[in-house]
Amino acid sequence: MTKFLLLQNYEGGDGCTVPMSDWAPQDIQAHIDFQIALNKELAAAGELVDAQGLAGPELAKRVISDGTAAPVVTDGPFPEAKELVAGYRMVDVESEGRAIEIAALASAAPGPGGVPIQQPIEVRQIMSAPRSDL
Amino acid sequence: MTPEPEPGLEDLLRDLAPQVLGVVVRRSGDFAAAEDAVQEALLAAALHWPAGGVPDSPRGWLIQAALRRLTDQVRSDQARRRREAGAAAEPPAGGASDRDDTLLLLFMCCHPALTPASAITLTMRAVGGLTTAQIANAFLVPEATMAQRISRAKQRVKASAVPLRMPAAGDEWAPRLRSVLHVLYLIFSEGSTSSVGPQLHRVELSSEAIRLARLVHELLPEDGEVAGLLALMLLTDARRPARSGPGGELIPLADQDRSLWDQRLIAEGVALLARALARGAVGEYQLQAAVAALHDQAARVQDTDWPQILATYRLLERMTGNPMVALNRAIATAMVHGPAAGLDLLDALDEPLAGHYRLDAVRAHLLEMAGDAAAAAEHYRVAASRTTSVPEWNYLTLKAARLRRGQPSTAQPSTGPASTGPPS
Repeated sequence: MTKFLLLQNYEGGDGCTVPMSDWAPQDIQAHIDFQIALNKELAAAGELVDAQGLAGPELAKRVISDGTAAPVVTDGPFPEAKELVAGYRMVDVESEGRAIEIAALASAAPGPGGVPIQQPIEVRQIMSAPRSDL
Repeated sequence: MTPEPEPGLEDLLRDLAPQVLGVVVRRSGDFAAAEDAVQEALLAAALHWPAGGVPDSPRGWLIQAALRRLTDQVRSDQARRRREAGAAAEPPAGGASDRDDTLLLLFMCCHPALTPASAITLTMRAVGGLTTAQIANAFLVPEATMAQRISRAKQRVKASAVPLRMPAAGDEWAPRLRSVLHVLYLIFSEGSTSSVGPQLHRVELSSEAIRLARLVHELLPEDGEVAGLLALMLLTDARRPARSGPGGELIPLADQDRSLWDQRLIAEGVALLARALARGAVGEYQLQAAVAALHDQAARVQDTDWPQILATYRLLERMTGNPMVALNRAIATAMVHGPAAGLDLLDALDEPLAGHYRLDAVRAHLLEMAGDAAAAAEHYRVAASRTTSVPEWNYLTLKAARLRRGQPSTAQPSTGPASTGPPS
């Protein structure tokens, strides 16, 4: 089994250019229901390690320190807010193929009018300890 | 691996845990070592008693087992002499000493010199009798992480020389007891946060906090604030079945199906509170409980006694000066005197509650009551961007979207996601 982190940011996909705050309520509800159902499905399949949404860019902070002087802390939201991570799923799966399959499901989450938003999902393998036969 | 004892046995072990630890700490004078030894003794009991049967004096068995482990662990001559002298005397059974031992532990675990996180974990382990694995599971952190947190908390107890003695009656007693109640309250409110995924056999933090509050109430039956905290927990927990929908979505007080409320808990909480209030010495927790009781006793949302809730929040605000209480008073004011009166009160809170999503949510709610859908939608949106809770984000985002589309949101105006905010 291999662990993958499936990351999504605030960037809309080709299927949706409208921010969620402007969606119709029933579309927001359908999107929320989809995410919950997907998590349940992955948990039932024994593939879900963790799934979390992150608090909004307004609460984000960026910290830079040279190790001696007081750190420089910048408050969000940042100009490039769309690139911030919005949430992630960690899955533990048989193959990269399966991770990509799950990412495809997540990318096709319903948007306005139920149209798949095609949001880009970044699939990142989690590095592990070397295999014993290495 | 931690064995899973059968429920009856687990209850017995957890009831005995603080009593046994109290005795062993008193004998050894070393909290950290005593705690380890008692955990091992409890583990041994969980392993052996199901097959071999529960001994005649389970408490005595556990004390002997723990003391034996202590003796095995530390080899210093002086320490051994002290312990052997202790172990030779049969521990007194039941009575006042159990009570004092448990109280001593509580006051030590909740000592103000400890951080809240340390106090919470120590209390759940030493007084609550939970294993590291169970506590880790309750807080959704890896067991190794929790083990480390507990071990550091124990080191802190040692380093800060927190005394294992009863606080003196008078000036010392009240603030120390307040620390204990605050820790229990923190455990309770932690329990109302939800999480991802199915949590089979997970220790419910709110139930655990109630169990501990019951224990403290048994130990200090005459204390009004202890009774008030227990009542507040029961009256809040009574609404738990109605507080969220099948998908974990948040259902505000005004929209809850009140037939799902646990009437047994409500009756118990109301009776507790009535007895406490009758004794005088009204405190913060009793007043919070009084508000919860007023909500719980309204058969329909329109039956809510808002004037009485408003009067209670006034009293509470005068007592605490807490801006979160002032925020709740603004809601009650709006319900009694109209939304404009409530909105007026919010202006004074812009500074103390700057950036807090609850202020935006309440402002949105009162604007909605006042019929200003556009402004309400905008404040719901801002509130959503500032919350750190998924169900609240969903709820606030949906409210904003409905108002923007001119859809009636609910039959009754809601009182916001959490109508009674936490004290402190």
